[in-house]
Amino acid sequence: MSDTVLWYTTRGAGAVTLILLTAVVVLGVLSALRAQSPRWPRFLTTGLHRNLALLTIVFLALHIVTAVVDPFTHLGWLAAVVPFSSYYRTFWLGLGVISFELLAAIVVTSLLRGFIGHGAWRAIHWLSYASWPIGVIHGFGTGTDTWSAWMLILSLACIAAVAVSVGYRFMNGARDPLAEQRTAFRAAVERRKET
Amino acid sequence: MLAGRDLTAGPEGLNDHVRRLGPVPAGGPEIIEVLTRSGLTGRGGASFPLGIKWRTVATHSRGTAVVVANGAEGEPHSKKDRLLMTTRPHLILDGAFLAARAVRAKQVVLYLGEEHHAARQSMSDALAERSDEERRIVRTVSSPARYVAGASSAAVHLVNAGIATPTTTPPSAHESGVNGAPTLVQNVETLAYAALIARNGDAWYRSAGRRGATGTLLVTMSGGVAGPGVLEIEAGTTVAEATEMAGGATEPPGALLVGGYFGSWVDARQSWDLPLDAAALRTRGLSLGCGVIGLLPQSRCGVCETAGIMRYLAAESSAQCGPCFFGLRALADACSRIAERGSNPVDMQRLQRWANEVKGRGSCHHPDGAVMFLQSALKTFAGDFAQHPAHWRSQAPEARRPP
Amino acid sequence: MKREMQISIDRIRCDGHGLCAEILPELIRLDDWGYPIVAPGPVPQHLMPLAERAVADCPVLAIVLRRAERAKPVSA
Repeated sequence: MSDTVLWYTTRGAGAVTLILLTAVVVLGVLSALRAQSPRWPRFLTTGLHRNLALLTIVFLALHIVTAVVDPFTHLGWLAAVVPFSSYYRTFWLGLGVISFELLAAIVVTSLLRGFIGHGAWRAIHWLSYASWPIGVIHGFGTGTDTWSAWMLILSLACIAAVAVSVGYRFMNGARDPLAEQRTAFRAAVERRKET
Repeated sequence: MLAGRDLTAGPEGLNDHVRRLGPVPAGGPEIIEVLTRSGLTGRGGASFPLGIKWRTVATHSRGTAVVVANGAEGEPHSKKDRLLMTTRPHLILDGAFLAARAVRAKQVVLYLGEEHHAARQSMSDALAERSDEERRIVRTVSSPARYVAGASSAAVHLVNAGIATPTTTPPSAHESGVNGAPTLVQNVETLAYAALIARNGDAWYRSAGRRGATGTLLVTMSGGVAGPGVLEIEAGTTVAEATEMAGGATEPPGALLVGGYFGSWVDARQSWDLPLDAAALRTRGLSLGCGVIGLLPQSRCGVCETAGIMRYLAAESSAQCGPCFFGLRALADACSRIAERGSNPVDMQRLQRWANEVKGRGSCHHPDGAVMFLQSALKTFAGDFAQHPAHWRSQAPEARRPP
Repeated sequence: MKREMQISIDRIRCDGHGLCAEILPELIRLDDWGYPIVAPGPVPQHLMPLAERAVADCPVLAIVLRRAERAKPVSA
């Protein structure tokens, strides 16, 4: 009986992780786009982005732990951290591990942002554009419920949300008001050939 | 400094230089004492006492310091640095090597404007005449022809990172500049004077000067004078005396611009007795800057001149800080609207408000200099700003050529 | 005795996101172009938590809290 509970928990937590991570990515894009309105200040976007990311980690941990502990899967703890090291659904689980580790790097660097500086933090944060799709593919490949109606609709909705927001972001640029002028000026004052 | 040899005879070669002035003392850190006693201040615009600056760099130096001889001359109407470089290059080099020995530097950087071909040629020829051990430690770096590229932090940043943009101040260049080494950035005129003081002593330097000021300095007289150009004057010379030396005014001026584009407009009637000396001007709330004195004839319009200069300064922002880039642009546009279409209370209010908001909110001195220039214009040309008629502007907008 | 801190903004890093002004409107307001104008002087103790939040929330880490000190003379 407890096996089934574990099994359902793994699947449920996985689905919730997908929803939360999708929300986090969309909020991150909205933050870069500087979206705001009189009733929705920017710090709300940032605050939600952060808090939902932490919540995502909680559900992701639940998803991983219940999967490892479940006797049916025969997964050891090693399988949870070394990609492609499990016998059970090797490839798809491996993708899940990669997605999880990218996310862990992003969260840890964000918590330590004051120490590592903005440049390093930003470089690692770009990995989020890898973490999310790899996680989605993991879900499709290894998910038991993938082709059930509710999961399919949910997944497509998440994909649509990210596709629209990311598409919009890259068509519109990051909204730094001085980016163009700064680049033009820097080009004008680059080092010349010296004697 | 400039006396004793005809200025039109071209750059002075090493032999003539040594024969005329004698050899420069080998010297070391003790020269800093002499310079401190002389009271020599920097000629790049900030008028900072040399002794303090050299001592700071010397203290931080462990034989790794760098001397940057700044001959970029970014201020458009200033000509003194180029004149020195094309007529007395060895004096400048003497000063640079003197500084290198005083602060125990292992490199000298010559920072020269990329478009100042005559000056570059003259300095390069002079360098070729120097000894091997002097030549070995020198490198020449070109400054892009932009206003802010002549600033000391931009010079350091160009050498370090390849881009001549001013940087956020800490740490200061004296502690960590070129390649992280303690760096002394000094204007070429200052270095030339240091070389003369090393030869002749601080008492010799202090013996010149009028009305309580000491030493001599170079100024560039421009605008409505019969003979515009560079003059070497005793510190404390009045504007009236300097104008006479420059051939007199072509027509009675309405106002003077003291200190170039980062200086201040002063009403002509109050300016004739102004002593041209950094310290004396400071007590009157003015700044000598790099020594550009411009006479604006009465027939020219102060508002239109100010608008033109503001447009230039706004276009020269490095676009690193929002308040500078957007603020100066907005201020310049407001001035232009008043110049083109006539006075209006909305733009006058904006000028006051934005000027107060922009000041101090950039990372370097550029917006502050521009705002102080504008505020001096609002004071000196108060009547003209309040009642300006619409002028026809034949000048092309957004000209990068300085007005 | 709690140390007095004051707000300091790196003007080159600042991109005018404006979160600091949302979090700490008592001390920070935005100019016509979205860049912060900070009220001079140290941060009052009761506003310190908000000031720390503003520092943490800045997307580009352009705002910091420094020990409040008397203005030093600026060297060339």
